[in-house]
Amino acid sequence: MDTSIKVLIVDDFATMRRILKNILKQIGFKNLLEADDGTTALEVLDRESVDLIISDWNMPKMTGLELLKSVRASDKFKRTPFLMVTAEAQKQNVIEAVQAGVSNYVVKPFTAEAISEKLEKILK
Amino acid sequence: MDVKLINPFINATSNVLETMAFVSVEAGAPYLKKDNVAKGDVTGVIGLTGVANGTISVTFQETCILDIVSNMFGEKMEELNSEIADAVGELTNMISGQARKELEELGKVFKAAIPTVVTGKNHSISHYTDGPRIAIPFFVGEGRFTIEVCFER
Repeated sequence: MDTSIKVLIVDDFATMRRILKNILKQIGFKNLLEADDGTTALEVLDRESVDLIISDWNMPKMTGLELLKSVRASDKFKRTPFLMVTAEAQKQNVIEAVQAGVSNYVVKPFTAEAISEKLEKILK
Repeated sequence: MDVKLINPFINATSNVLETMAFVSVEAGAPYLKKDNVAKGDVTGVIGLTGVANGTISVTFQETCILDIVSNMFGEKMEELNSEIADAVGELTNMISGQARKELEELGKVFKAAIPTVVTGKNHSISHYTDGPRIAIPFFVGEGRFTIEVCFER
């Protein structure tokens, strides 16, 4: 797994961004960007070249699902790996995310091992 | 209130705290809570809609939540501040999500709002309906926190 890539973490809770950053740093990732909702994430994506997006679902202004759809509709990021990390665990949520082109899905609460395993799968 | 609505929240609370904060939690006996004064110093509240409408709250004593968030972050947290409030919001969100997943397996589908957090000694907890408030105390070592589940009659 290439840990030199640039990762964008999107979550409205600073707590979750901090936990994910800690886990990613432990794995070896160093280039970490943050956004607190989908709208801010799109602004970051406008000016940065991002290699992996990790996003929450339930956020104000623009949800993670809306962000995923926007990303998949853009030429620049339509193939960028997108990991949804969310408390939304109902079947319909997973179906909608898969239909929108999510690369993988992690349900909160999660272990560091679960995040690492999913990243291994989508970045290999 | 349908008692089948209660157990998923107890299970979710244990699962979330044990997974994210690496602590062992023990649930006490549920009881009917008569007043709206919080048992803790910081509370997360989240609204649920679906087969029934209601709210759940999770209220932590100060020392308890400081220990929990210290474990989550891997660094010592010393005081109730915006970082602690944010963490309580996210814990409430995760408990809601896990419980809704279990409820879906029972054929009861709910949607959740974005949680709000209230901090301070003896603050009030506002549930959105006037149904019975079922409180469940949890014990984490010497610390204590309480969840309240309140659905419309």
